[in-house]
Amino acid sequence: MSQPGMSLIVKEVAKLVTGFIALFAAYIIVYGHLTPGGGFVGGVILACGFILTVLAYGKNFANQMISDAGTKLWDTFGAVLFLLVALLGYTVGDFFVNLWARPGNFRLLSAGTIPLSNIAIGIKVAACLLGVFLALAVFRPGEGAGGEEDE
Amino acid sequence: MTNLFPLFVAVPLGAAFVLPILGRARARWPLDALAVMVALFVAGFALVALFAADGQALWVGGWGPGPADSPIGISLYADGLTRLLLVTISMVTLAAVLYSIPYMERFTGKGLYYSLFFLMVTGMFGVVLTGDLFNLYVFLEVAAIASYAIVAFGCESEELEASFKYLILGALGSTLVLFGIAMLYNQTGTLNMAQIGAIVSERGLNPVLLLAASMFFAGFGLKAAMVPFHAWLPDAHPSAPAPISAMLSGVLIKALGVYALCRVFFNVLGLADGAFPRVLIVLGALSMVVGVLLAVGQWDFKRLLAYHSISQMGYVVLAVGLAGALLARISGATPPDDAAFLKGTAALALFGGLFHLFNHAAFKSLLFLCAGAAEYATGTRQLKGLGALIKTMPVTGACCRIAALSISGVPPFNGFWSKLIIIFALARAGAVHPAYYWLAGLTVLVSFLTLVSFVKVQRYALQGEVKPAHADVREVPGWMCAGMVILAVVCLGAGILCPFIQGSLFEPARDALMGGLAYAKLALGG
Amino acid sequence: MLVRETLPYVLAMLLLGIGVYAIACKKNLIKAIIGVIVIEYAVNLFLVLQGYRTGGEAPILAEGENVGAFAAAAVDPLPQAMILTSIVIGLGVLALMVAMALRIHEKYGTFDLSRIRKLRG
Repeated sequence: MSQPGMSLIVKEVAKLVTGFIALFAAYIIVYGHLTPGGGFVGGVILACGFILTVLAYGKNFANQMISDAGTKLWDTFGAVLFLLVALLGYTVGDFFVNLWARPGNFRLLSAGTIPLSNIAIGIKVAACLLGVFLALAVFRPGEGAGGEEDE
Repeated sequence: MTNLFPLFVAVPLGAAFVLPILGRARARWPLDALAVMVALFVAGFALVALFAADGQALWVGGWGPGPADSPIGISLYADGLTRLLLVTISMVTLAAVLYSIPYMERFTGKGLYYSLFFLMVTGMFGVVLTGDLFNLYVFLEVAAIASYAIVAFGCESEELEASFKYLILGALGSTLVLFGIAMLYNQTGTLNMAQIGAIVSERGLNPVLLLAASMFFAGFGLKAAMVPFHAWLPDAHPSAPAPISAMLSGVLIKALGVYALCRVFFNVLGLADGAFPRVLIVLGALSMVVGVLLAVGQWDFKRLLAYHSISQMGYVVLAVGLAGALLARISGATPPDDAAFLKGTAALALFGGLFHLFNHAAFKSLLFLCAGAAEYATGTRQLKGLGALIKTMPVTGACCRIAALSISGVPPFNGFWSKLIIIFALARAGAVHPAYYWLAGLTVLVSFLTLVSFVKVQRYALQGEVKPAHADVREVPGWMCAGMVILAVVCLGAGILCPFIQGSLFEPARDALMGGLAYAKLALGG
Repeated sequence: MLVRETLPYVLAMLLLGIGVYAIACKKNLIKAIIGVIVIEYAVNLFLVLQGYRTGGEAPILAEGENVGAFAAAAVDPLPQAMILTSIVIGLGVLALMVAMALRIHEKYGTFDLSRIRKLRG
């Protein structure tokens, strides 16, 4: 295998398609309160976009693109954001209350803090699944940047 | 006050998310400091909740019961049994966190360890606080998955093998629990435990509910390490790092196993069918006997303690089952004339069982911490390889002796009172059915074998000659001693102050279980 | 009528039996992992079949639709929410099992369960 990753066709197609995958994932996350989907599904799709890039371009590219610490930071960021949205409910007296105004139905800004929770979950799941994939396939002990036991 | 109960879940969860980031910093103290602060907050809050809880149910997010009595919200309800378990879990958590500060320096990735630890703690608090059956399953899985990962933390071959076995059996158990929950949802149309209790008490049992009950016995029995389902415990508990062994044996099998069994079979499914408590009695008696018989011949310190965990959990389940059987007799077809006697004996048995649950958390965790300290200092877990710990490691030796005396049931330590009450309740119940006399005798025999086992431990580990290989063994670092001393004080204090703490700690828990299906009215009225 | 009511139980118990057979009788570690996954999907199948209503519609409220009529015609969305959570939990357990199986292979050199037996007694 002289060149890392897969063949030229796969690389070119991955270059074109990954942006659309990320856009689709963002659509599913943000419209999660109106259409089926939501945070978890969108996060999985986003992680799949990243994984496609890693598969097409090989391990060395993955090492350059994102480090193990990077996925963990995004993971923590998403999780802490979700917890903050939940604790924000205490400003009006109870845990996990939907604070913001909810004008009308069937529109994008109609569900209060739920889209924010969806986005937080999407970020966390994407970072988490990418981290799991990298830990199992790329960062093996003795090879990459040190394998870690995943959570 | 009740609004703040979600903090029991939110604060350790936040700590679990933040601690891996802190673990990458060069300085060590922010990591340990945050962990200790969270443990202290949780312990303090549990004590406050014990005295100040007002018995109201909290519907999270304000999404209360919907129309037509079909709730779409999740409720948190902290009755007496919950508060007892909150205190128990936070006590062992504090001791284990203090103990881990020097102990886990030997491993890399201490931030990850704390993260998994606090995820386990979050799961346990969620299980005991929630009033919704599917939410209980979710938190049970959170705690269980964190515990599978943390048992394998050292990544040695034995630890991985033990954790894999634990994982497969644990996943099977949890899946059976979900089967039971699905069947209950099918029959009652709701997931809230109080509502299910109300509906079941109106309609009575049918074959689907019996199948669901058997699924719950298998699933929660596996989590509580009852005897046909105990195969994972003797491998998993010794292989884990010492503070995790203490948490697993001390609180995980109780919060996930015994608490869930009590909650489901007393408050949700009810005691209408007398068969359920009989199954609990059989499971308890079998676990008691098999656990101690397998433990007596062990020479590995931690494996011996793991088998004793099975046996002592058998005590608790036996006592709880006895109370259930007596209560079922009262609410049977024809009310017997000695209903007051039955009720009194059932109350006694419940008190004994719950007291033994609390005591076991204290002395078993302390024993595992001492075994870990011995291993930390000498490098071995075999009883024949240890020796003269009383001389070389005075604090560890004293704590180990206190814990060994407690588990053997020697006065004035706490184990004596709880075992005595259980035996006494069994003997009293013998007036109802002669089989209980035999069970009382069996319990005495098991206590005697436990005593034999721990005399062996004390003779080989604490007394005797200093082995030449361990001539320069010193006492373990201060934080580890602090963790052990806290639990030793609880062992001694619960024994001496037993009449004083009975009213505040155990009677509300006992009443919550005795009330049975009245839980439904209490949890929904709030 | 009887067939339609007992069909979820039969299917779920069949899959459960297959999964338990795979865990108990197969020597390969990976086959045991597949057994656990089959068991988890048995429960998911059972749960989602509990919410089914014959001739029902998907539980997505369209604009301008009457809520009462919708509630009477749609299948039950609560089991669907439950299995979403259950699938995520299954994913977590699967990731952990696979990671552990990889580590065991490094330490023991084999996936054969009859040779991974250092703990006895």
